[in-house]
Amino acid sequence: MNWDDWLEDIIVVVSFALLAWFIVHGARSDRWGRAFRRLGQDRIGIAAGVVIAIYLMLGALETIEIPSGVNGSRSVLDLFSGRVPAEETYSAPLASVSLSTRHPKPLKGWHLLGTDALGKDVLVQTLRACKTALIIGGVTSAIYIPIGALLGIVAGYCRGWIDQIIQYVYTVLYSIPEILLLIAILLAFQYTDVSLFGHAILSPGKSVPKIALALSVTAWITLCRLIRGETMRQTERAYVSAARAMGQSHWNIITQHLLPNVMHLVLISLVLGFSNLVITEAILSYLGVGSPIGTPSWGNMIDGARGELSRDPVVWWTLTSATMALFGLVLSLNIFGDSLRRAFDPRRG
Amino acid sequence: MSLQPLLDIRNLAIHFATETGTVEAVKGISLSLGKAETLAVVGESGSGKSVTGLALTRLLPEPPAVYSSGEILFHGHDVLKMKKEELRALRGARIAYIFQEPSTSLNPVFTIRSQIAEAIRLHRREVKDVDDEVAKHLDLVGIVDARKRMNDYPHQLSGGMQQRAMIAMALSCQPEILVADEPTTALDVTIQAQIIEQLIEIKQRLKMAIILITHNFGIVGDIADRVVVMFRGQIVEEGPTKRVLGNPQHAYTKALIECIPQIGQKRRRLTTIDHEALEAASTLKPVSTS
Amino acid sequence: MLSYLIRRLLLTPLIIFGVMVLTFVIFFAVHSPEAMARNVLGKRANPTNIYEWLHHRGYDKPVLFNLGQARVSADRHPYDSTGLFDTVFFHQMRDLATLHLGVSDVTGKDLNEVFKQGAIPSLLLTLPAYVCGFFMAVGLALFLVFVRNSALDGAGGLVCVALMSIPPMVYIIFGQAVVALGLDYFPAFGFQLSGLSTARFLILPVALMIVMHLGYDVRLYRAVFLEEIAQDYVRTAKAKGVSNARLLLVHVLKNGMIALITMVIAYLPLLILGSMLVENFFGIPGLGNLLVDALHTSDQAVVRSTTFLTAILYIIGLTITDICYAIVDPRIRLS
Repeated sequence: MNWDDWLEDIIVVVSFALLAWFIVHGARSDRWGRAFRRLGQDRIGIAAGVVIAIYLMLGALETIEIPSGVNGSRSVLDLFSGRVPAEETYSAPLASVSLSTRHPKPLKGWHLLGTDALGKDVLVQTLRACKTALIIGGVTSAIYIPIGALLGIVAGYCRGWIDQIIQYVYTVLYSIPEILLLIAILLAFQYTDVSLFGHAILSPGKSVPKIALALSVTAWITLCRLIRGETMRQTERAYVSAARAMGQSHWNIITQHLLPNVMHLVLISLVLGFSNLVITEAILSYLGVGSPIGTPSWGNMIDGARGELSRDPVVWWTLTSATMALFGLVLSLNIFGDSLRRAFDPRRG
Repeated sequence: MSLQPLLDIRNLAIHFATETGTVEAVKGISLSLGKAETLAVVGESGSGKSVTGLALTRLLPEPPAVYSSGEILFHGHDVLKMKKEELRALRGARIAYIFQEPSTSLNPVFTIRSQIAEAIRLHRREVKDVDDEVAKHLDLVGIVDARKRMNDYPHQLSGGMQQRAMIAMALSCQPEILVADEPTTALDVTIQAQIIEQLIEIKQRLKMAIILITHNFGIVGDIADRVVVMFRGQIVEEGPTKRVLGNPQHAYTKALIECIPQIGQKRRRLTTIDHEALEAASTLKPVSTS
Repeated sequence: MLSYLIRRLLLTPLIIFGVMVLTFVIFFAVHSPEAMARNVLGKRANPTNIYEWLHHRGYDKPVLFNLGQARVSADRHPYDSTGLFDTVFFHQMRDLATLHLGVSDVTGKDLNEVFKQGAIPSLLLTLPAYVCGFFMAVGLALFLVFVRNSALDGAGGLVCVALMSIPPMVYIIFGQAVVALGLDYFPAFGFQLSGLSTARFLILPVALMIVMHLGYDVRLYRAVFLEEIAQDYVRTAKAKGVSNARLLLVHVLKNGMIALITMVIAYLPLLILGSMLVENFFGIPGLGNLLVDALHTSDQAVVRSTTFLTAILYIIGLTITDICYAIVDPRIRLS
């Protein structure tokens, strides 16, 4: 197990701990309590939340590694998927023979969603890809959320030249279309070699954490602008002037008064941003600058399925499985994010 | 007051259905308005006075608003039973409105002229020279150089001027009732007086019925014939202006009148309203002397 | 108004400068040109070849400031310094500022020419898609606002979210497989620039591009219109007796359009770049396709130039938007 894997695990754990802290911390305030009660009445929202939880769980099963064999390790998911035999080539869902017009061979096992060109079970691949989505979403959020929220509050509260500089930075970053900037950064990362204490933090080539790093460069902008606007609105409200008049320190005003009032935006952005990240990862992998080949990712699976629809007989199951899995997660995240927004701000829907 | 009143509200109740439950805004009120009469509806915010005003032409967004009972008879026809087309013919043409915040109530991207002209084109097809009609009404409400100013956008006018333009728009279709919903609240004190002057002049010149909705007893005396006091969705006192101002019966009315600051009076603090005491008092029957 | 315009116009070069620095950092500072050369030259890479490659492109100069030593030294070619600013950074800055995009790292073609050729097919694809898509989205959004709070509105919203949740390439793969290959209505691949037959190649890609963005746009525009409907002036218009349809199509639409213009015009110049996914799939020889090819061959010069060009176009678009905004919105125009 190398340093990259450990880094992933640590950041994923940290980011989920942060999320839990948000919710527990936020739930103490009245506004959050009311919002959660409203959310409790939103059946579609709850259903979407449950679906997201299932995806997270599947991702966790693949992420958690247990020692196995002499010096290897395998994921919890492997315990289940290990029993599924590998075939030689394509086979249709539930078929008993492999897909070949001339020499169909009997299959070794039973495959609910068929197998791909290399004979791997599509269902297992699809489930494995949850991990990539989870890492992309989790790691990126763990990086961009603190940056975006902090800079947004600072810009909105301090105003003046600090605000000008922060605005300038994100205007420049925003001037390059997101997908192009991501491509450029990922291309540059492919040749980058950074080591720390002898550990290769960024080794040349593609890797999932690199995608997360690149995505963070663009993702914080939207959050920062949102938080900046809301902070400006809040600072004009009477309670902030009152706190100032009472001689509270800037730090106190920001942490005691402003932060709790913009925190719900962070949570909503986290959920809606997650869906964006998952789709972007798929596009990047599809363009050939995303996940390394061999990493189970829905983008890679869709990329691999490019020509399969024009084959004869048509191979539709890889594309369909990957698309449906991705669609299910993104749709749930979008619906859940909307429900959250409605719960926090019922007037604006 | 004539035999058949212009407007007759009978036992009107309105509530708002929200997620946290229903909020009863108006709890079964009855009142009437005669031709060319000026009625002041006084109460604090949340007393249901604005809701009543908007209900006259069903301007409240439904949902959440629900008209749970009662009728609003305008010339004997129930507004609450009218079809959409009938309501549209009523709004602006026969019952017109002035709202509290002129700066946001006027559409920012259209000129004053086009906003007034819209009302005239909708309800007075016979008018040939619309511009002339617009200018005439702006002139009527005391806007100098109306021909020139009517090409202005709302933000180019001062708050007082904007409210005058709103009044001109409301008058442009010669309505029978003018509902002025807190017309002076958002304005400076000196401008407030001018707008009230303007309304008095309109009342005298055009013989139009006016419903003045306000929280401020101070502006009622000069203009209203009759006063209705509302408290928490109910009418607590009703009567001729002089009687209500001079000899208020209900504790809430007294409290509201006490709130008017008067020059020369020695007071250490402005009077505030003790709501708990009033809550107990409001179970008393409404006082009516009309 | 005038001071606003002047301030706005002064900001533009500042942002362009920022983008120039940013692209430089990404392409020259994060990794070394040598790594780039080794990657492009592949098996042919030896010190002489690498030096030749770097020298030909001017990448052998010092990165930021020239303090007298050549960064890449080869014995046969002593580096002759011509001053403090004879570096990769300043040459890049000068070339970008004068829009000299240089040559492709892989094919060696002049990029200005390449971009000129690719712009037309790209525009033929994106312009119709963008214009039609905009009007369809505004129409649908207005319709949803018209029936707001009804079951139809709710269902429409859900369909929009579903459309948004499908990755763009799936639309393309499906459209190509079903409409072009399965039903054989349109050619699945290829492009010809010759009058009407061009349309045959473009109808399907344009339609797919519209569908791809429709869900997001409709939702966004609907939110903009709903925001407007809550304004006081809408109540005033209603109190005048204005019909629901006129309220939406005149009062709300004009106010909402001001907000929409900001979002829409800024993207207009970007249409030249086409669509990477759609062009690549349907074999349309536009700039999007060029970029995908460059990604596969690791042609950094093309990616770098495209990145910079796009940013410039976007910044110009934003500047134009702000000026348009000032003209359309009387609140800014007359202040």
